Amino acid sequence: MNTIDLSEGNGHGVEVVDFELGDAILEMVNGFIVELRAVGLPVSLTENLDALEAVKQVAIIDRETFKCALRATLVKHYSHMKAFETVFEVYFSLRGIEYEIADGADLDELEDIEFGDSEMQGQHGAAGAGENLTPEEFAELLFESLLRADAQLLKGVARHAVRRFAGMEPGRPVGGTYYLYRTLRNLDLNNVLERLLSQAQQTHGDASAPGDWSELDSRLWRDEFQHRIDQLQKEIEAEIRRRLVADRGVEAMAKTLRKPLPEDVDFMHASREEMANLRKAIYPLTRRLAARLQRKRRHGRRGPLDFRRTVRASLSYGGVPVDTRFRNPHPHKPEIFVIADISGSVAAFARFTLLLVYAISGQFSKVRSFVFIDGLDEVTSYFDEVDDINEAVHRINAEADVVWVDGHSDYGHAFGVFWDKYGSDIGPRTSIMILGDARNNYHAAQSWIVKAMQEKARHVYWLNPEPRSYWDTGDSIVSEYAGHCDGTFEVRNLRQLEGFVENLV
Amino acid sequence: MSFRFEDAASLKAGLQRVDYLSDENIAGVVYLADRLQKPVLVEGPAGTGKTQLAKSVSEVLSTRLIRLQCYEGLDEAKALYEWNYKKQLLRIQSDRSDGHDWTGVSQDIFSDEFLLTRPLLEAISADDPVVLLIDEIDRVEVETEALLLEILSDYQVSIPELGTIEAKQIPLVFLTSNNTRELSEALKRRCLYLHIDYPDLEREKQIVLTKVPGITENLADQIARVVRSIRQIELKKAPSVSETIDWAKTLVLLGVEKIEQQTASDTLNILLKYQSDISKASRELANAQGVGI
Repeated sequence: MNTIDLSEGNGHGVEVVDFELGDAILEMVNGFIVELRAVGLPVSLTENLDALEAVKQVAIIDRETFKCALRATLVKHYSHMKAFETVFEVYFSLRGIEYEIADGADLDELEDIEFGDSEMQGQHGAAGAGENLTPEEFAELLFESLLRADAQLLKGVARHAVRRFAGMEPGRPVGGTYYLYRTLRNLDLNNVLERLLSQAQQTHGDASAPGDWSELDSRLWRDEFQHRIDQLQKEIEAEIRRRLVADRGVEAMAKTLRKPLPEDVDFMHASREEMANLRKAIYPLTRRLAARLQRKRRHGRRGPLDFRRTVRASLSYGGVPVDTRFRNPHPHKPEIFVIADISGSVAAFARFTLLLVYAISGQFSKVRSFVFIDGLDEVTSYFDEVDDINEAVHRINAEADVVWVDGHSDYGHAFGVFWDKYGSDIGPRTSIMILGDARNNYHAAQSWIVKAMQEKARHVYWLNPEPRSYWDTGDSIVSEYAGHCDGTFEVRNLRQLEGFVENLV
Repeated sequence: MSFRFEDAASLKAGLQRVDYLSDENIAGVVYLADRLQKPVLVEGPAGTGKTQLAKSVSEVLSTRLIRLQCYEGLDEAKALYEWNYKKQLLRIQSDRSDGHDWTGVSQDIFSDEFLLTRPLLEAISADDPVVLLIDEIDRVEVETEALLLEILSDYQVSIPELGTIEAKQIPLVFLTSNNTRELSEALKRRCLYLHIDYPDLEREKQIVLTKVPGITENLADQIARVVRSIRQIELKKAPSVSETIDWAKTLVLLGVEKIEQQTASDTLNILLKYQSDISKASRELANAQGVGI
């Protein structure tokens, strides 16, 4: 383990950094920055230097200040904060006063003491090391700690829970999520939450006014307890991470935890948490995109020479066209048809694209959307009725009539339905976006329809959320359609999606 | 070189005295900005006290606050400096009778006397240490941003006719942005970055207690809890701190001591500004099961 203990040789709160230690810190910060770059954060040389300068200015013995100094100089974008936090936790998890651990062997001993301490602070009956607690007593302790929201006690419980339930073994090649899952499964936090709620209802409901327990109260308490449980979960995660780092070393751990930034997250393989982050990221993105497009339009160049008005103006100069007049630029607003596959794997992708297209629908003269699996349905009206796009997308999933036979993608049939019902609506100003992975389950391709669409429409684009190397493998028949499209694009993450939509307008 | 702040903690205490409740992070970054002599770029949702931070810091230091409000179409003449044409013309005319030669006059009319200073130039040519606030930087075009680069990194302004004017003192610079567009890398590189998010429960409660006279601790606590719940719902526009304060004031005026469900949904229109948000939130608040994912 190549850690350098920051608090080496001095007690608490000493802020002087001696020269040798200073060098060690610079090296450490440099390593940290290398890791940040590896994650994908754009850290420039100037920022690197600033960080070193900033670190010199603060008391590095204080973990939070140290973190704050690094954050302010190295992270310049909000969506990168999370990545920064993770890398920081890994890199400096064993460094700092409260985390003063020499090596793995002392870990348990130290915990027992702390655990005992916090127990006494909490004035809980069961004295002694946490090891001796029966499962019932431990569950009780967990409940108490959450009810009181005692941070110290929570930390102790988290540590103990990891030791008791995670079953961590040195050198075992499994990820932290496995341990986390094992710990949480044993804690059974959902039941704890219910118990906490009924407890709160009893004490608080009676105390203020009997029978006066509204839905609102219940809602607020639930949020409060959920918050505390999240806190506990964070502690548990931190504890697992700490132990893993102690076991495997910083660099190895940083590598396993390397996660893509929100804008680089693959739509098709996003975890639930990443999805939530994506959803949060898309709103500022659409706002930015809309602002940029509007500006682009306004500051566009002038239109062609207006001959008639130029001649008219030249009369006052004796026929010399001194004052040239131009036509106002007439920006063409394309009409957009979005045809989206919303079957299982590509649903998330379709959802984000629809969100994005509707968020900037002001840039288009008309947007119509169609969704399909093996049947096809128009869903434009869903977006007109509600002003919350998310809700519209939700309704589409619930109500749209997209299943024809078995609910497996059938592009050929879906296109057939589209052509019969709406083919006549395609005009020369229509741009068609088809979203899907073209995995047709070996049905008939019916690619002539795409060809016919292309002949009538202005453009036909195909957006595929799969990596290009997977195209045309298995039942994917992208290239059969691609020949009739004006462009096929790999759109796997927000960054690519944003780029495509910007070019479209 | 003297520094403005002893350490981050004293700055935090100072801000508290002028009724601005900061946290470790905010105070830490402002402290660093002073030490490293770098501008601070403050980002975050609307109504979380970004502009107020600059105002409060200037109040703590009891220095002048020079403010440049950005808008689309802002140019050099409004941000940096401008020649006073009318005065220059007068000068030329008054000279005509005396028979001065042209070189003398042309040197004369491009001097300090005919220069109108705008906020940026004013900030660096001030003798006293000032706080410069460049508000809503994301409203100017990318090209205009370049105007700021020289002043932000070197604290100087180059005027072709006069040469370079260097700062007499290093002002403490705050730039705020609502993040409606991506700022250029060049600008970000020159700044420290501070993201001010919605405050956590405890801080929001303290803010309400400080800003709303006559509120009970109990009510403030409840307000903070309700607002936290509402912010967890996916809304078009989550309630900002200033809206929380407005709501608290309303509740105090109404003589509410404990928030009932009915009171909450009746007064939601102060917290939320979209009809769809209001109906969604009142539906959610009546739902004891918490936010459905």
